[in-house]
Amino acid sequence: MIPTTARSGTIAGPAGFLAVVACGLALLFGAPHVTESFGLVQMTGFAALAMFALSQGFVWGYGGIMSFGQAAFLGLGGYAYAVSVINLGDSTLPVLIAIAVPMLFAAALGYFMFFGRISDAYVGVITLTVSVILFQLFNTTSGSQYRIGQAELGGFNGIPAIPVINRIGEPGEQLDIEGLWAVAMSALILVYVLLRAILASRLGRVIVAIRENETRAQLIGYDPRLYKLLAFTISAGIAGLAGCLYANWGGFISPTVFGLSMSAQVIIYVLVGGLGTLIGPMLGAVLIQSLIIAAGTQSMVDSNLGLGLVLVGFVLLVPEGLVPVARRLVVGAAERFTARKRATPGAEPAAANPALAEGGGR
Amino acid sequence: MNGLTAPRPLRPLLRAEGATMRFGGVTAVDAVDFTLDEVELRCLIGPNGAGKSTFFKMLTGQLTPSAGRIRFRDADITGAHPHEIARLGVGIKTQVPNVFNGLSVRENVFIAGGRRKSLARTKRFVDETLERLRLTAIAGRMVGQLAHGQRQWVEIATVLAQEPELILLDEPAAGMTHEEVHRTAELIREINRTHAVIVVEHDMPFIRMIAKTVTVFNQGRILMQDEVGRVLADQRVRDVYLGKQAA
Repeated sequence: MIPTTARSGTIAGPAGFLAVVACGLALLFGAPHVTESFGLVQMTGFAALAMFALSQGFVWGYGGIMSFGQAAFLGLGGYAYAVSVINLGDSTLPVLIAIAVPMLFAAALGYFMFFGRISDAYVGVITLTVSVILFQLFNTTSGSQYRIGQAELGGFNGIPAIPVINRIGEPGEQLDIEGLWAVAMSALILVYVLLRAILASRLGRVIVAIRENETRAQLIGYDPRLYKLLAFTISAGIAGLAGCLYANWGGFISPTVFGLSMSAQVIIYVLVGGLGTLIGPMLGAVLIQSLIIAAGTQSMVDSNLGLGLVLVGFVLLVPEGLVPVARRLVVGAAERFTARKRATPGAEPAAANPALAEGGGR
Repeated sequence: MNGLTAPRPLRPLLRAEGATMRFGGVTAVDAVDFTLDEVELRCLIGPNGAGKSTFFKMLTGQLTPSAGRIRFRDADITGAHPHEIARLGVGIKTQVPNVFNGLSVRENVFIAGGRRKSLARTKRFVDETLERLRLTAIAGRMVGQLAHGQRQWVEIATVLAQEPELILLDEPAAGMTHEEVHRTAELIREINRTHAVIVVEHDMPFIRMIAKTVTVFNQGRILMQDEVGRVLADQRVRDVYLGKQAA
């Protein structure tokens, strides 16, 4: 049998990339024609969470960094947008602020973690702890003395009635449901394309190489601390944008965005969809959120318990996640198909690649 | 290319002065003075635990010496980070293969060769390196699925792709077939035409194939250093090392 080769990764490369972008564009333009506003609102929420999942999938699956408090960046992005849009009126700059604030925060936090040679496990603990600290911090901001400009932080109740994104430069022209969907879905596609571009670039290759073997990367001249910091900061920016969209979708934001369940959920999205893929986390987000919504409409089983069972089931039965398994099935079928096709005209498929045959025997 | 008649360079490529590595109460490397000239080939031998690999780790920045200094040309590299030393031009094949298991052979070499080069140049250079090490046929395969000997070759390829001035090879022939050992010796001689090389090896026939000058480590110190024939004939060396192996 021909062993699975690294080629399976490249098969999923350009073709898979184009397929995902095509699906994304079809959804972007098609969804408003087939679903009512309620469905569109729900899908906008999915898009925000799928982007959040992408940030976790990138930093964990490709960077090998156990960021278990990704909700910290989601929350910072959401709050940064809310506070700045209330103060500034026009939403253009606040969207950028929602990306920049988590990135700066991650750069500072990451500097101390990675340049301080904190081991992997403690990076997980620290990120988780930071998100809990932010949760507690924002919880204690009730009362009118906690305000930034005109924006009251509102403690446990959060910030209500956040202005929705408006047309660039026209604060009066706020987006309607369809407009917000278009913005959220386009942003998701753009972030996906951006991440694929990063992963194809030298920066991305080195980030993955460091995940594979930090010692070797060092010994050929790359500074792992710097590349980890970059990966961590990029993922924080993406989570921040997701937080901005999340705040737009709900129209309000509260400290629960910093909560443990938010950080846990995004880990579940990635595990269910597939660690080490980009499409997996997005599908995982949609799938799990759909399940949570479905579980909310019934009262037989506690929805958190159900979610836990789903996670345990996946870890035991499909530890790689859905997308890698599906990909392997497709690639396997394709290889069998081409092998059969090759076998009929020529008689030397095995001899054509002696290295493969040789390697298979060992 | 220094011929035999060329004067000995005034400045050595690598110089360790009193290099010492202590782990708690154990002194793994004890005040070692070591000098290597440009384009020299040196073999390090010695029994297990003599401090050879620890010495390599001190040279590459994986360990910070407890005492002493290490200089590479004009640069003091004592306690420098591994990536800084690598950028100065020191490459190492470690004892246990350190490769990117989840990446293909080509990607492994690409990452090593791609620093400070344009994409087109890197691609050409990677193809040349793969060809040189006869890895072209398996360039697309995942390194983690290769046999041990092949993974050694991949690691040597990544080290060469890095274009270092000084190449450290820690047991390059371990786990290789007889024929592969011959090819490795051939390759080391070829590399040595333009690069300085230090080889740690236990395989005596292999040492005889490549060695000119041999340094013997024992219990963290240099026992002796001489021409290969004299070292292998020396009674003390036989006692600490060869005698044990023969027994």
